[in-house]
Amino acid sequence: MKYQDSGKKDTRSGFGVGLLKAGQADKNVVALTADLKGSLKMDAFAAEFPERFIQCGIAEANMVGVAAGLAITGKVPFIGSFAEFVTGRVYDQIRQEVAYGCTNVKIASSHAGITLGEDGATHQTMEDIALMRALPGMVVLNPCDFNQTVQATIAAAKYNGPVYLRFGRPSVPNFTPEDQPFEIGKAIVMNEGKDVTIFATGHTVWEALLAADALEEDGIKAEVIDIATIKPLDEAAVIASASKTGAVVVAEEHNMAGGLGEAIAGVLAANKPTPVEFVNGEDKFGQSGTPAALMQAYGLDAPHIAEAAKKALKRK
Amino acid sequence: MKTNEELKTIATQIRRDILRMVCLAKSGHPGGSMSSTDFLTALYFNQMKQDPATWTRDGKGQDMFILSAGHMTPVYYSLLSRAGYFPVSELASFRQMGTRLQGHPSVRKNLPGVFQASGSLGQGLSAAAGLALGKKLDKDDNFVFCLCGDGESEEGQIWEAGMFAVFHKLDNLIAMTDWNGKQIDGPVDQVAGEGDLAAKWEAWGWRVIVADAHDFEAIEKAYELAKAGKGSGVPTMILWKSEMGHGVDFMAGTHKWHGSVPKPEQLEDALKQLGETPLGDF
Repeated sequence: MKYQDSGKKDTRSGFGVGLLKAGQADKNVVALTADLKGSLKMDAFAAEFPERFIQCGIAEANMVGVAAGLAITGKVPFIGSFAEFVTGRVYDQIRQEVAYGCTNVKIASSHAGITLGEDGATHQTMEDIALMRALPGMVVLNPCDFNQTVQATIAAAKYNGPVYLRFGRPSVPNFTPEDQPFEIGKAIVMNEGKDVTIFATGHTVWEALLAADALEEDGIKAEVIDIATIKPLDEAAVIASASKTGAVVVAEEHNMAGGLGEAIAGVLAANKPTPVEFVNGEDKFGQSGTPAALMQAYGLDAPHIAEAAKKALKRK
Repeated sequence: MKTNEELKTIATQIRRDILRMVCLAKSGHPGGSMSSTDFLTALYFNQMKQDPATWTRDGKGQDMFILSAGHMTPVYYSLLSRAGYFPVSELASFRQMGTRLQGHPSVRKNLPGVFQASGSLGQGLSAAAGLALGKKLDKDDNFVFCLCGDGESEEGQIWEAGMFAVFHKLDNLIAMTDWNGKQIDGPVDQVAGEGDLAAKWEAWGWRVIVADAHDFEAIEKAYELAKAGKGSGVPTMILWKSEMGHGVDFMAGTHKWHGSVPKPEQLEDALKQLGETPLGDF
């Protein structure tokens, strides 16, 4: 594989580093949390900019509104909590105060997906991408490793408008270039191939690369594309790769309904009908377990992606 | 500064606007609009530091206002137009296709004077707290006002915001509740048992002022007292003891006019009761 794991790190720590850098670059950047400063890795920002760190207590709905108000006065607020509590719990607040209200709020969504692990299904949202994608004008970012999360955070701060920034809890391989600037709306071709395209996002990008390695042993050249921006989707990149390979897999740590799979299937159905196989959490809730065990049990790891690629190939 | 007589005249004209707007649109919320007309008139014409000519959404250097109870757009739009934010003639477009005067406030139509979208209840006090905190961070020495409904205060988020504003010492925040005791389904205490709002806000740690919502002398005094809270480190809540549908006998004091519209003959009767003003109808 052309990518090397430079040492496992959690993507939430990438957010913490990105937030500090964004705060150093722009004095209008402020950070809010609902009693999860440590979990969101906001400590360094809070230590350097105590006046710009706003503790909201366990009151996420209020936090969204406060952030919207701060944004109206010219601040660039990042609100941080677990993915479920900054999406499902406050969907209507985000809809009115941020999306419809056109406020420059960044939603920092940690512990997303099933890899939150042992806390179990109440905390493991597999529906957040669907909720945020549904909001007109919302940018949805889902970086794949520590380095990319640093850069995505900096890009989110610079972008003028609502952004949903999704990242996770567990330590995972860190393999993208350290200073690769993050371009919102651009898919990243990780691995060129000609037989099948694997579109992946977040933690499944590394799994897709492992799957591509395994497929290569069987003589299958898989193209792996990192969809770090789920909305706006890089439709040109999706159509171009599907046109080249003629078979597609979409892998995501999210359920089927409203996820990246449906987004890509929609683009292909309208522009370039192509067989698509889906690797996702289907229509289920999670459960307690280690992140690795859960990724395997819910069919989201490399072997499942490779299997899906073979299925897609057969449907060409 | 307008005299109390002048404010009364403006308030009468605004009540005429409210009724004519909802009747033209055949929808809208006249009840709460009429209970809050008097104190909002005093706010926009005497109390708020604001200038329609230089208005910007970031509110820098000016006082700001959030209508948390977003359904009270009839009074809000009438006030904004009568205060000079947009032509009074535009009131005729209320709730029509393509209008800037959406059923609930929108920031997507370039309507001057509107700082934030509202309508889904319980959220505006949080946004106002954010504005107040933003002003503090910017060392902008102006006030943020926010109007909530008493029915709206059944939403838990209002109390989250209440805790936040005290914890963050937002003494530049003046929240207000239109305490008319009525909501869509009936009297507030028969719908939700909200109880004594004054005791609740005091327990929450706010400075609380209870004032007559239909007596301009009391209204002006309440605002002065509220503003004197700056420097105290404590936010202020003005509880306006008001009457839903105030100003028209058959609309006053009942929840039935929260979100329903007079028939043509009722409108005629209501306008006769209010009387014409030199300001003229839109």
